[in-house]
Amino acid sequence: MTDVTVADEAMPEASARQEGRARRRAARGAAAEPADRPGLARRLVRGWVPPLLLALVLIGVWYYVSLVALRPEKRFLLPPPHEIFTEGFADPRVRADILEATWVTTKAAMLGLAIAVVLGSGLVVLMAQASWVRRSFYPWIVVLQTIPTLAMVPVIGFWFGYSLAPRVTVCVIITMFPLVINPLQGMLGASRGLHDLMTLGGANRLTRLIQLQIPAALPDFFTGLQSAAGLSVVGATVGDFFFGRGEIGLGLLISKYTQRLESAPMLAVVFSTCVLGVLVFLAFGALGRRVVGRWSEAWGAR
Amino acid sequence: MVRPLVQFERVERTFGSVRALAPCDLSVQRGELVSIVGPSGCGKSTLLRLASNLDKPTGGRIRFATDSVGYVFQDPTLMPWRTVRGNAELLGRLAGMSRREARAAAEAALATVGLADFADHLPRQLSGGMRMRVSLARSLVINPEVFLFDEPFGALDEITRGRLNLVLLDLFAQRRFAGLFVTHSVEEAVFLSTRVVVMSARPGRIVAEFEVPFDLPRRLDLRYTPEFAQLAGKVATALEEAS
Repeated sequence: MTDVTVADEAMPEASARQEGRARRRAARGAAAEPADRPGLARRLVRGWVPPLLLALVLIGVWYYVSLVALRPEKRFLLPPPHEIFTEGFADPRVRADILEATWVTTKAAMLGLAIAVVLGSGLVVLMAQASWVRRSFYPWIVVLQTIPTLAMVPVIGFWFGYSLAPRVTVCVIITMFPLVINPLQGMLGASRGLHDLMTLGGANRLTRLIQLQIPAALPDFFTGLQSAAGLSVVGATVGDFFFGRGEIGLGLLISKYTQRLESAPMLAVVFSTCVLGVLVFLAFGALGRRVVGRWSEAWGAR
Repeated sequence: MVRPLVQFERVERTFGSVRALAPCDLSVQRGELVSIVGPSGCGKSTLLRLASNLDKPTGGRIRFATDSVGYVFQDPTLMPWRTVRGNAELLGRLAGMSRREARAAAEAALATVGLADFADHLPRQLSGGMRMRVSLARSLVINPEVFLFDEPFGALDEITRGRLNLVLLDLFAQRRFAGLFVTHSVEEAVFLSTRVVVMSARPGRIVAEFEVPFDLPRRLDLRYTPEFAQLAGKVATALEEAS
């Protein structure tokens, strides 16, 4: 607390910069801003056209490799894109397999994510209370993040078997990092001035936590949640793949089709996994915008 | 004699090896608005933090005759997730007002600073001057006996600043709190206060004090009278000698 005061007074340039920023902000004014927002149509074009064009190019390359570059007897390695649908999704057996596996994977991913949110948020709250708690946990959270999935899966299987619980455990471990690091940053980033204000108002720890630190952490929490959501699908799929037994999720299904050299259904599962990941990412993004988008600039407030 | 609400007796503050504030005597009574001018780094903000009890002196002592303190920071320091009304209610709620009382007090305070129509806006939708007013309204809600201002209008343009100076003087005329106003503008210091204190830097100490004789209410054109210019000139000279 005291160091900050000294630093403030010792660095006139820094505070001058801040004032400049504040003045610019003030000068921009409030009412004028919505006007220089590009129209919805233009934003859609700018956001969707470039990636779609790139996708078209890549699909073109894919067709070229599959139909021209590969000799017919090698074509099974990379069937042309449309076969993923004609021989993959269009086949009722494959479709049923994929739907079933998607449900298994989604279940493990979301359950793992939910548990990680609860554990992670609890840990963040504790870590924000005292620096010794923070210092004790921080390095281990980082270590947790560096364990390769490949290394942890057999161990978890060894301890917990191969049912739902170990898959969920893998997801929890994989998604924990962004669910701790991001909100912690937000929580510790609550402005010093607001902390002073709470002190002046005689706020206790709980009030400070609820009224200042948690709201301040929300934008970063949702950023972490969004990456964790994507990771949870990866975790559920990869865990499944390495466990190699138990209920068939997307990971196991991929290895099943791989072993049978059924490349079109295999790619259909890969495609489904990507779609699931993207959907989850978008869904949690929408949730974030819905909760904090009104005021957080990082979440679209203008 | 009236007992001062805040009284500094040989107050010192050092940060490690840095002496931010040399022994310093200062007192503020009800109905006094004391401006503190000084070069940057002279310990003005330190002095305010001490006066608000956010920081403790390393030497000497501070007597408080009240614990009702309002503090307007250099930045508006608003919660971006709360509406203007929500921000204004904060200190009232913390002081133990009921939801209804805090809301009524917040709305009254917002009306006082001319923001009644913006209660449902979010801070990011307001201009810098308006945000500063919200900040002011937030402290008004608890009707503090001691009011501290840390260069609150320093980042604003001249016109907004003049207008907010008038808002502040108006409040002072009505409520007669004890005020400490830190600024680095001599003109603002003389215009706003009943007394001007000049500080020097490294270590910060009080080098001169000037009584400001002008009656309340004051008008902005007071700043262009010869009497005002003369006093401002004296303060400026003292400030120059201090730097």
